[in-house]
Amino acid sequence: MSALAVPDVHLAAGHRLLRGTVYAEPLPDLASRRERERMLAQVEASGLAGRGGAAFSTSTKLRAVARGRAPIVVANGTEGEPASSKDKVLVAADPHLVIDGAVVAARIVGAEEIILAAGRADGRGLVALERAIAARDDGIAMHVAAVPERFVAGQETALVSWLNGGLAKPTVDRPFERGVHGRPTLVQNVETLANLALIARHGADWFRRLGTANEPGTALVTAMGAVRSPGVGEIELGMTMREVLASFGGMTAMPQAFLVGGYFGTWVSARDVLDLPFTDESLGAFGASLGARLLIVLPHDACGLAETARAIRYLERESAGQCGSCFFGLPAIAAAFESLAFGAGEAEQAIERLSQLVPQVEGRGACALPTGATRLVTSALRVFAQEVDHHRSRRCCGPSHPHVLPIPDVTDEWS
Amino acid sequence: MSQHIRLDPILCDGFGQCAELLPELIKLDEWGYPIVSDAAISASLEPEARRAVAMCPRLALTLERRRERKPAGAQR
Repeated sequence: MSALAVPDVHLAAGHRLLRGTVYAEPLPDLASRRERERMLAQVEASGLAGRGGAAFSTSTKLRAVARGRAPIVVANGTEGEPASSKDKVLVAADPHLVIDGAVVAARIVGAEEIILAAGRADGRGLVALERAIAARDDGIAMHVAAVPERFVAGQETALVSWLNGGLAKPTVDRPFERGVHGRPTLVQNVETLANLALIARHGADWFRRLGTANEPGTALVTAMGAVRSPGVGEIELGMTMREVLASFGGMTAMPQAFLVGGYFGTWVSARDVLDLPFTDESLGAFGASLGARLLIVLPHDACGLAETARAIRYLERESAGQCGSCFFGLPAIAAAFESLAFGAGEAEQAIERLSQLVPQVEGRGACALPTGATRLVTSALRVFAQEVDHHRSRRCCGPSHPHVLPIPDVTDEWS
Repeated sequence: MSQHIRLDPILCDGFGQCAELLPELIKLDEWGYPIVSDAAISASLEPEARRAVAMCPRLALTLERRRERKPAGAQR
């Protein structure tokens, strides 16, 4: 499957998203301060957290921006994570629900401008958003932005930088204080906004009917690898990994490991987590989080080291090249990992080199890319310890296995 | 309130003077870029810290006042 293609959509019972929902009744206008406070209290009570990767509290973010003057709302549908399609599928299926959420957010924080951002290659999403805008009138200025297709371009500060006419590269600015046009800017993932729209209509108690106490609601998940029907589906938070995979038709091979969260994410051993809930809380014990809600099943006969080597090289090529630790560190890590995965008898040296490099890169730089890369390395070395031993004795476990992780072409566009 | 060194890793070009002026809090990685400790600047180190900030050719360092200590490991 090509990484940017929109795959099959799986709908489970009780799903809330991907229904093409268009409400007839208008959204609450939140004209008075009291109504806005009441809505904020509902959002807080709902426990809604960001669906873009960082799982930050939505009510906290709304409050931070609401304090500023003339704020702007950005609906972030850029989804730079190459194997992930859930935001693209959502925008194409539910553009009105996403815009409803952006309108609610704008009314809560007092914004008079909404920017709907999607990736440049996401033709379906861009068209869906344009058509939806043309079909409605919310009394708020709205326009669509087609953002360069880069891994880091959807990171809040990079998106704001590009919207301000700069490059789509991360900065050290704080968008909630100084964002688009220097104004306080709320950047929210499109799935978060769609949920916000539902909370505004149905309330916090309704929202909490699905999910766990700490992670309420549902999640859009992109599943691929050794699953029968790869694609995007909506799951209830708290379902076990096995149940999540069953909603994608089950697995096609004995699983060896799962890549959870994205290329930015973490390898976990299939044995460890198969019967645990697919939540940040339960995966946290294995150093993983739902992140971009990507779930890739690595079959038993594929080489996790070879897959990781390709993903890390991809991350390295997507570096904005702004920070020394990333500019020098990621190519060094990618080279060391390649020599571990593909080299002849270089495994020992490669592991030694990686143990020097990881602490020099982890936690540094202006954005989370270098840390994401080191997390992938560290989790791969832990989960594929047996393969590491095989590679030490010059036996790769599955070099000729078809690639499991899709790696898109890297463009040179930053503007 | 405590004072800390804050690095803008995008501005930094790895001149490395800061690590010479303030080795107690700043080490260089193998490419010559500073790894800045998150520890509070002690009173005795404050003059050196101020000098390191002032001498950075890229103006990539600032002194930052913090109300409470952030969790360890939040280095740049």
